[in-house]
Amino acid sequence: MSTRLSTGGRLINRNKPVEFQFNGKRLKGYEGDTLASALFANDQMMVGRSFKYHRPRGVVASGAEEPNALMNLNSGGRFEPNQRATTQEVYDGLTSTSQNHWPSLEFDIGAINQLFARWLPAGFYYKMFIHPRAFWKHVYEPFIRQSAGLGQVPKEQDADVYEHFYFFCDVMVVGGGVAGLTAAMEAAKSGKKVLVVEQTAAWGGRAVVDGGLIDGESTEAWINQTLAKLADMPNVTLRDRTMASGVYDHGYVLAYERLTDHLADKSGARHRLWRIRAGQIVTATGAIERPLSFAGNDIPGVLLAAAVRDYVVNWGVSVGDRTVVVTNNDDAYRTALALKKAGLSVPAIVDAREGGAGAIGAEAEAAGIRVLKGKGIAKVKGGKRVTGVAICSQAGEGAVLEEIACECVAMSGGWSPVVHLWSHCGGKLVWDDAKVMFRPDVDKGPTGADGKPFVIAAGSANGYLGMAEGLADAAAAGRAAAGVKGEGAPSATDAAEKAVAPVWLMPQGAGPKKRMKAWLDYQNDVKVSDVMLAAQEGYESVEHTKRYTTLGMATDQGKLSNINGLAILSKSLDAPIPAVGTTTFRPPYTPISMGSIGGSARGDLFQPLRRTPMHDWHDGNGVDWEPVGHWRRGYAFVRNGEKVHDAVNREILNVRENVGLLDASTLGKIIVKGPDAGKFLDMLYTNMMSTLPIGKCRYGLMCNENGFLSDDGVVVRLNEDTWLCHTTTGGADRIHGWMEDWLQCEWWDWKVYTANITEQLAQVAVAGPKARKLLESFGGDMDLSKEAFPFMEWREGKLGEFDARIYRISFSGELSYEVAVPASQGAAFWNALLEKGQEFGVMPYGTEAMHIMRAEKGFIMIGDETDGTIIPQDLNLQWALSKKKEDYLGKRAQERSHMADPKRWKLVGVETVDGSVIPDGSHAPAPGTNANGQRNTQGRITSTYYSPTLKKGIAMALVANGPDRMGETIEFQDENGGLIKAKIVDPCFYDKDGEKQNV
Amino acid sequence: MLILHCPYCGIDAEETELAAGGEAHLKRATVGDSDAAFEEYLFMRENKKGVHLERWRHAYGCGKWFLAARDTATLEVYGTYPAQTQEPPQEVKDAIRAKHPGWAWKENA
Repeated sequence: MSTRLSTGGRLINRNKPVEFQFNGKRLKGYEGDTLASALFANDQMMVGRSFKYHRPRGVVASGAEEPNALMNLNSGGRFEPNQRATTQEVYDGLTSTSQNHWPSLEFDIGAINQLFARWLPAGFYYKMFIHPRAFWKHVYEPFIRQSAGLGQVPKEQDADVYEHFYFFCDVMVVGGGVAGLTAAMEAAKSGKKVLVVEQTAAWGGRAVVDGGLIDGESTEAWINQTLAKLADMPNVTLRDRTMASGVYDHGYVLAYERLTDHLADKSGARHRLWRIRAGQIVTATGAIERPLSFAGNDIPGVLLAAAVRDYVVNWGVSVGDRTVVVTNNDDAYRTALALKKAGLSVPAIVDAREGGAGAIGAEAEAAGIRVLKGKGIAKVKGGKRVTGVAICSQAGEGAVLEEIACECVAMSGGWSPVVHLWSHCGGKLVWDDAKVMFRPDVDKGPTGADGKPFVIAAGSANGYLGMAEGLADAAAAGRAAAGVKGEGAPSATDAAEKAVAPVWLMPQGAGPKKRMKAWLDYQNDVKVSDVMLAAQEGYESVEHTKRYTTLGMATDQGKLSNINGLAILSKSLDAPIPAVGTTTFRPPYTPISMGSIGGSARGDLFQPLRRTPMHDWHDGNGVDWEPVGHWRRGYAFVRNGEKVHDAVNREILNVRENVGLLDASTLGKIIVKGPDAGKFLDMLYTNMMSTLPIGKCRYGLMCNENGFLSDDGVVVRLNEDTWLCHTTTGGADRIHGWMEDWLQCEWWDWKVYTANITEQLAQVAVAGPKARKLLESFGGDMDLSKEAFPFMEWREGKLGEFDARIYRISFSGELSYEVAVPASQGAAFWNALLEKGQEFGVMPYGTEAMHIMRAEKGFIMIGDETDGTIIPQDLNLQWALSKKKEDYLGKRAQERSHMADPKRWKLVGVETVDGSVIPDGSHAPAPGTNANGQRNTQGRITSTYYSPTLKKGIAMALVANGPDRMGETIEFQDENGGLIKAKIVDPCFYDKDGEKQNV
Repeated sequence: MLILHCPYCGIDAEETELAAGGEAHLKRATVGDSDAAFEEYLFMRENKKGVHLERWRHAYGCGKWFLAARDTATLEVYGTYPAQTQEPPQEVKDAIRAKHPGWAWKENA
């Protein structure tokens, strides 16, 4: 039975009981409890099941390294899976459920897997699910998906809010233990700006539990005094419940502050993601205890030794009345003494070392504890909880010497410094044979912009596990981080300890049966036998072994398992541990919420929305929005009782018969000005722009240096040294950047300025046979007649009360004027057009009507006819490629042999024989197969629509030798595997001679 | 999350303010140049573990392109300089060679 002790528990407030739920049961705890300690207090030994074999799992650790006790927390919009019970504080109303079991935690069908464990070794899935091929999709994948995953996926939108916080400091200290506080104090004394973060709610780390004196005071008193001093310093910021999750380039750190996870009141931001720039970072992140690998080391009740004493000292709970301590180092003896002090029984300390412990060994024996030296655990007895252990010689193969009844096994395989943050940005590690650990290679820290290290490890995170040596190291680290000289450190004494022994398997000669029960990775069910098998099958790299066995791939990222696993691997490969190396440490240190990463960037704030001056009118008048870049454009304006497609057809017919309005404000508008502007545009466009007369417009193409079409639009000559370049909506910023790139980096001596004025102007395409009449009804000082204002020219002046520049250009094939007014006049101008246009039957039209009308005219659309592999020649646009110019961007590329290849597919129009609409992107099959055995093709559809004007399906396509095959009928695939007959025709389906637009 | 000094507006800019633009000091090949020279210009790029000369635009700042000499392995920045040059300024070369004696970059020895 695990239970609450009547006294003790420095972190709990016995005056503040709380009630929470676990698997529907109402349980009691105290304020200050973690979910793990509160479950122990209620004798809930089993808290989940493992991933692969569904083995019973209990809490094994007391902090962030916990691999087993993963919970679903809360419900609805606050449901969250895979939360560690050891880091979740309890509060009134907290609900939790265990994971990975069905139908219940106590009785689980999936546990049958463990009976087949012999046939489910490492790599089983890779070996098993390869054959037969067809089984993958219909049998294996559904089965694996069904059984995969630990927690459930939240089904509702997150009810909480999150925020980001920016912070800059000279020194950031990660870890609020005695090393971190010492380093912070030394750094803060220099006056530098210091930030200290501690991932738990309690400052001081392990020191209080482990005892001892600092500067002659109890550790607890010293911590409180130091904390008070730091809090009083104006240059110091302290944050608890804040975990530094990753160290990135040039001193960038992300830290994760949990603001309301421990509170019943969930108002305010739940998590705050700190985005920190630190000059120097001190990682005083402590060390994590390693498990020992013996048979049955995963049975609930087997815990890390330090965790057992944490539960007694911090939370006043005992895991069991009788605890057997098993260890390869002196530190675990502290657990035995702490248990004794709490009045609990320690039947034995099983020390794998023949020589036993140092001074603390004598202390334990003096306290009446039986110490077995050179011994190990042959096996742990029990199923859903520990009932006892069998003792053997560590040197042998596991012959049982005696059995000891107990409820708890406290194991310690030594300590590994928490080197994650040190390593994230390239800090190197060194294997320390004497201390049996990887520790930071102090001369090879991650380097910053100045080429010097910006991370300093301190205390036990640097391999100094003793109090005195750790404090000395931390004080030096604090001074080094602040860039000040000095000496001294808080005083403490370290008792003489015997060295830790490298014990990777217990007993050292354990046979296959024991190795199959000796767990390395509890969450992913990776055992000693699995790593040995991987080595035997040739997985020599630790990274490969990790992926083959899934060692360290669980949510704990191998915090407990990695070192033990690679030690087993090194033994199997007969290579030294440093030669095997570690897997890569990657952020985050422990999982952080997706919400915190998003911060406030969700919903309307996810990304900025660009609005034209007419946006609000559209919004109130049936618009069907289409996202185009960060803009919203009206796809169509739907009237009562209409479907969207009906609206599109109506809009088109109205443009063809009366007059329509398109909000074209989103089109890119870039001013290019200067003495060399003409020369510059001649390089940018494939056709000649320098010769464009003032007052005229010209359609232009832009290619990239690879020769492929990149953008198009109408260029306008405003005056002697000024041009206005229209780009596609999506291309405006890109093309402006492209212009600047060439001007700044290649032709920097050319005298040209550019300005992106896209948002300065509202622009409306007024298109249709009655367009001129509508504009003339405004009055003003411009003559809009056919003779005075011919096609492809522009005029500037007053249109009624509006300041207008009018371009006579047409993308619809109708008589058309694009009218630009200052953005401030845009909404009023739009309204005036609608009002004055009533007598002419005016209607707004959307982008889909625009698309269809341009296709009826055979005009290309960037992004439809082009996809980054299309050159102008493919689209029969040779007429827009200047032969007079020596050079333009893309010209050299287009001279390459495959660009001039006559076999390139070319643009044609396509008309279905039965009038139906071909699916977009459809391919035209050709006889034979290619080298990969795939059907040959001879063309594909680039644009396809129902044309209300022609009352049939029309399309544009790229077809092999297309222009030479006019009138030929070929077949395109439909969506059901059938074929559609279609005739190759001229891409211009409507008014080929341009009589409509030239009226 | 690098920090690079913008030589135009003079501020130390975070990577989120910058847009990367690939290798610096490319020599444009065009009409009249051989296929090999054009291929070199269009496709062939340095991919060094070590000193790299690269283009950055202060996209969410002053909008200017500048060049940086940076170690891709250690993230050390030897200097940033305006884009209007065929080769790094002498002080940047000196800073690089202080760490990498004999360093050379294509024809910009």
